[in-house]
Amino acid sequence: MVTARSNSSNPARIPALGVRVLLLMAVSILLMVLDHRQNHLDAVRKAIGATVYPIQIVVDGPFRLWEWIREGTTSRNELQLQLGRLEAERLITKAELQQLTALKAENARLRDLLEARRRVRDEIRVAKIMAVDANPYRHNIVIDIGERDGAYDGQAIIDSVGVIGQVIETGLMTSQAMLISDPSHSLPVEVNRNGLRTIANGTGEFGRLDLPFITNNADIQPGDLLVTSGLGGAFPAGYPVAIVETVNRIPQEPFADVTATPAAALDQVREVMLIWSSSETSEASDD
Amino acid sequence: MTRGGGSRRLPVIVTIIVSLMLMVMPLPDWAAPFRPDWVALTLIYWAMMMPRTWSVGSAWIIGIVLDVAQGTILGQHALALCFIVFITVRFHLLMRVFPMQQLAATVFAILALYQFILFWVNGVAGVDVPAVGYWGPVITGTLFWPFVLMLLRGVRVRVHLGN
Repeated sequence: MVTARSNSSNPARIPALGVRVLLLMAVSILLMVLDHRQNHLDAVRKAIGATVYPIQIVVDGPFRLWEWIREGTTSRNELQLQLGRLEAERLITKAELQQLTALKAENARLRDLLEARRRVRDEIRVAKIMAVDANPYRHNIVIDIGERDGAYDGQAIIDSVGVIGQVIETGLMTSQAMLISDPSHSLPVEVNRNGLRTIANGTGEFGRLDLPFITNNADIQPGDLLVTSGLGGAFPAGYPVAIVETVNRIPQEPFADVTATPAAALDQVREVMLIWSSSETSEASDD
Repeated sequence: MTRGGGSRRLPVIVTIIVSLMLMVMPLPDWAAPFRPDWVALTLIYWAMMMPRTWSVGSAWIIGIVLDVAQGTILGQHALALCFIVFITVRFHLLMRVFPMQQLAATVFAILALYQFILFWVNGVAGVDVPAVGYWGPVITGTLFWPFVLMLLRGVRVRVHLGN
């Protein structure tokens, strides 16, 4: 390397520039092939991700600070209102929960009768969405739980009303997740009313999912709730995903044109929950 | 590297880190497709002014970091940044004496080339992106270029860098 000073006194050609650029471009292409085709580079990504982490923290910092200040300066009046609302909500949930215990017991009894596997509760942990924009070409988010906290690729992410997406890349402290609205995301779902199984694809819009494989005579109507079917293996069964919005039956086509609205407000959430699904462990312990 | 070289690099490194932060800073949904390529603009400036210190090698490393920060295919931004910095270094003497409008037009062309490489990689990898995702940054990047130029020139003059 030559120091910067010499570039003013001798501003001639930079030596071996063409060779260097060709070499580096070849290395880039090799990296892309390795990364895209085989996912061999997870370790490399993680190592470099550690250097990116401080940048993410600094960018996220002001937003966190602002939130903290806002929380700290909420007026007493507002807090009381919020408390009242939460109290009411808690009462309702508690009432529902009473039934749930009975239903759970009943469910377990029935499953015993059917000699089916017992459902085990999933473990859940809250994560914050960092105020960091990820891949500009995708519906991705960055969350503040990484491999250190036990997150893994393909892990399901929900919020209080429904499924949000899944983890696609775990870093040490942060992870990237793909939302269900991403055009390349597909999710096995079933209609809660009658168990009709299908696939929900992302469309690239936050408020719309596509259900491309529903036959014209299938029993589905606007307002139907779609829940995860658990068939893909990645998502535990029974979490709400979306509500059917329009059903357009086209006689000459094999499939109807069905769209649904995600239950969760995908572009508004700040806090999400990661699910540690226990289906594998239950399989092992029950057999 | 001499001690002088190290202290001269530090301000440049700081500007590059700031540009990386601007790349991951959250924007409202309507503005996100128009985020200028801050890293590309910053690297074009330093490659134009200090082509011996900030050349294709550094551009490649920064590109890899950008790839990890954004979760794109590893090597995509590295390839694109490496190539536009190569073009800039190749023509840096010409670009230094260009008048403002001509330089802006050149930067527009370089940014378009940058987006084309990203577009090409996305196409091969099967990532579907609406067209505005490519043209937005080129246009806003060119609009912001004069400000980036002034700001970075200020940095360079203040720490007595280069010529």
